[in-house]
Amino acid sequence: MAIDFTLNEQRSSYRGDPAMPLLWYLRDHARLTGTKFGCGIGYCGACTVHLDGAAARSCLTPMSRVAGRAVTTIEGLARGAQLHPLQQAWIDEDVPQCGYCQAGQIMAAADLLARKPQPSEADLATLTNLCRCGTYPRIRKAIRRAAAQLQGARR
Amino acid sequence: MSVTRGAGPLSRRDFLSVSMTAAGALMASFNAPGVAHTAPSRAAAAARPVGGQPLGAFVRIETDGRVVIGARGCEIGQGVKTSLPMLIAEELDVPWSAVTVEQLPYGLLAGHDPPGFTSRYGPQGAGGSTNIPDAWNDLRQAGARVRWLLVQAAAQIWQQPADQLRTRDAQVLHPDGRTLSYGQLARRAATLAAAPADVPLKPRSGYRIIGHPTRVIDAREIVTGAAAYGIDAALPGALTAVIARCPYFDGAVAHIDDAQARRVPGVRQVFSIPGPRAGAVLDRNLAAGVAVVADDFWSARQGREALRITWTVGPGAQDSSDALERRAAAALATRGKIARQDGDLEAARKAGDRVVQAVYVMPLLAHATLEPPNALIDLRAQRALLVASLQSPGGASRMISAMTGIPRPDIEIRLLRVGGGFGRGLQNDFVAEAVLVAQSVKAPVKVIWTREDDLQNDFYRPFGLHELTATLDAQRRVTGWAHRVAATPRKYRAEGMEEESDWIGCADLPVEFSLARGWLRGPLPTFSAFAVQSFLDEVALAAGADPLALRLELLGAPRQLPYRDHGGPKLHTERLAGVLRRAAQEVGYGGKVPPGHGIGLASHFTHGGYVAHAFEVAVSAAGELEVVRCVCAADVGEVVNPLGLEAQMMGATIDGLSTALNLQITLKDGRVEQSNFPDYPLLRMAAAPDVDVHLLDSQVPPSGAGEMGMPTVAPALVNAIFAASGKRIRRLPLGAQLKGPTAAS
Repeated sequence: MAIDFTLNEQRSSYRGDPAMPLLWYLRDHARLTGTKFGCGIGYCGACTVHLDGAAARSCLTPMSRVAGRAVTTIEGLARGAQLHPLQQAWIDEDVPQCGYCQAGQIMAAADLLARKPQPSEADLATLTNLCRCGTYPRIRKAIRRAAAQLQGARR
Repeated sequence: MSVTRGAGPLSRRDFLSVSMTAAGALMASFNAPGVAHTAPSRAAAAARPVGGQPLGAFVRIETDGRVVIGARGCEIGQGVKTSLPMLIAEELDVPWSAVTVEQLPYGLLAGHDPPGFTSRYGPQGAGGSTNIPDAWNDLRQAGARVRWLLVQAAAQIWQQPADQLRTRDAQVLHPDGRTLSYGQLARRAATLAAAPADVPLKPRSGYRIIGHPTRVIDAREIVTGAAAYGIDAALPGALTAVIARCPYFDGAVAHIDDAQARRVPGVRQVFSIPGPRAGAVLDRNLAAGVAVVADDFWSARQGREALRITWTVGPGAQDSSDALERRAAAALATRGKIARQDGDLEAARKAGDRVVQAVYVMPLLAHATLEPPNALIDLRAQRALLVASLQSPGGASRMISAMTGIPRPDIEIRLLRVGGGFGRGLQNDFVAEAVLVAQSVKAPVKVIWTREDDLQNDFYRPFGLHELTATLDAQRRVTGWAHRVAATPRKYRAEGMEEESDWIGCADLPVEFSLARGWLRGPLPTFSAFAVQSFLDEVALAAGADPLALRLELLGAPRQLPYRDHGGPKLHTERLAGVLRRAAQEVGYGGKVPPGHGIGLASHFTHGGYVAHAFEVAVSAAGELEVVRCVCAADVGEVVNPLGLEAQMMGATIDGLSTALNLQITLKDGRVEQSNFPDYPLLRMAAAPDVDVHLLDSQVPPSGAGEMGMPTVAPALVNAIFAASGKRIRRLPLGAQLKGPTAAS
């Protein structure tokens, strides 16, 4: 049985173990390695992608649950050469250190901004992605910068 | 992203070979679904047009004038892929905006007379925060020597003495206003004899890159998912291996039932791999195990789940953290070996008025790099190709050669970004595993660790008890000081190690324990500073002195003290006092704080750098801790990249806080109890404070910065907790101590 879905706006099809997590489909089959493996139990968030626009931990998302849905990975977040405001804010605030968690951080933050365009401190504190390097203060600054920019764009 | 990833080493031939190797760094950079990100074939890479002109080992000038600078270091998040090329670009005198940075592979030159090897690019490992001080010595010179060649080339063309020419923005300037660009000069410059050894360097006043905030060079690749890490590497036909490791240290495989595992679709091979012999030097892999080799990670992982293995427990099967602590406490009751003795403590004790004594407990810690250990290796055709997240590529090269007999020049090592170092990558045990697996598989193999593998098979930060004693005279002045340590030495079963010399400045009481230990960010400074800086506050309390005033008094007049460990040979007391005063000033030390709040300080000398932390915390009646303010003051010499340095201090502060609050590894019945992040809970956003970082202006040559911000966090925190609550924390991590009965002061 084929599992059909869209991946970064392209139609995709998968035939294989329906229990395989989306993370490993992305990394080993679609060769989209921006989505990272960190814990395998949905705790660290390095594997965060969007499923129908909402953040999901791809290491806990079996391929069977992807059928008929739209998957967006970090590679699909920009509009061509036009970076998502969060991606630009991440560069402007010089957020990354090792950088390994940052794709997941950005995908989680994008989901937050979609739900809370002007996130409060408490909203930021709901982000649970781990950063081993401790870039959290700059992540907060980057999200606020992107939120301000998006608000300006809406006016 | 740029598709030019070649590098410019010494000769044309070298250049071509490195272009081929470095092209592999591209393999994970294709974004379209379904496009295989395999490495280009050697033929395809060789056919790639090579337009640029290499000048020296690190610089290539492209025909369009772009300046390509090779980055030699292992980029583990400490920023060396940005900061090291900055040093070259400064002395080359090119604008940073015109620079493209390319990661260099591990570079080895075979020498015949005398036989042996030299490093093509100089030091490439990441340990001891040495990248910047090393590069300060040789990479500024490397940039200046290329600039010298370009000036000589212009002098020839213009028939003008070189000392009348200047450079600016990748151009040589004639006194009459004419200019020649570096691009126009590169080919002629390449034909000239090498520059003299000591080309004059720029004065500090001429810096246009050093000291200026510079963003992470790979930022765009990182935020678009294009940056490649070791775990992202791919080679055509490569298989993936997951290993079931013996959970008992020095244990072995007794019996394998792999019938179910072999039935998992995608599983190709299942076989056991040997571990170290009990008691032998730990210079390869850490544990015996069973490798499952499959088409992809998921198949290999499913195969491992289906294995039924009976293990032989090792000699440490009954060991536990509790037993370790009892052994350490018993050791403290003995005299031990005195590593250093200045003066007569017993005399001070007899003559004194009061003795202060406390024991501090430091737990075992894991590195928990977010990118789990992994290694991709190809051992076919009497050669080796390794792509992995490393901190010691030289060590990997030596190990592969020792294990396979392949001469080191035939071992190619590509460096990609590393998803966190913290000292884990100073060990290459995961590379050894990849070698062992690849020797049984006729294909390239990538070994990938799970988080559980990682937390249970680490070279752990040692456990130890510190006993500190101070004597005070009738005027409450400190007249004696003793520091005794009972600990698992940081090196364990290492080649040529001297365990007894591993803890310095104290009576040395090594305690036997059966888990591998290794270096973790700021190893000895972090281990010591908690005890020393906590105890200083306890002594201040007993002496009725202010903790800051006591520290400054003990540091005394500005002077240099001998310091024999890494970062020495001298410690400048005024620099330590400087960061202390700055942190105190910024946190508002000595001012009024609300009830339930308290301020604590700590400072330490780490690997040549001077850092102080100041915390203001609030502790509620129920024992809830809140970090109100967090200040870090750092003097690490001349600042190369203030933006990167601030990031290192901020990150190390949060690492230190994460560690002090919640992290420890424990052993029970011979097995590590922690298995994944829920029981090794790194700090998350909600608990991570903003960090107010202050960089002191300094004109002495720079130390590094990766480790210096770690040691003072925990003692400043517990000193603040004491000031807020009267509860003295002597055991890390803090855990629930503020809420439980063990919190008695």
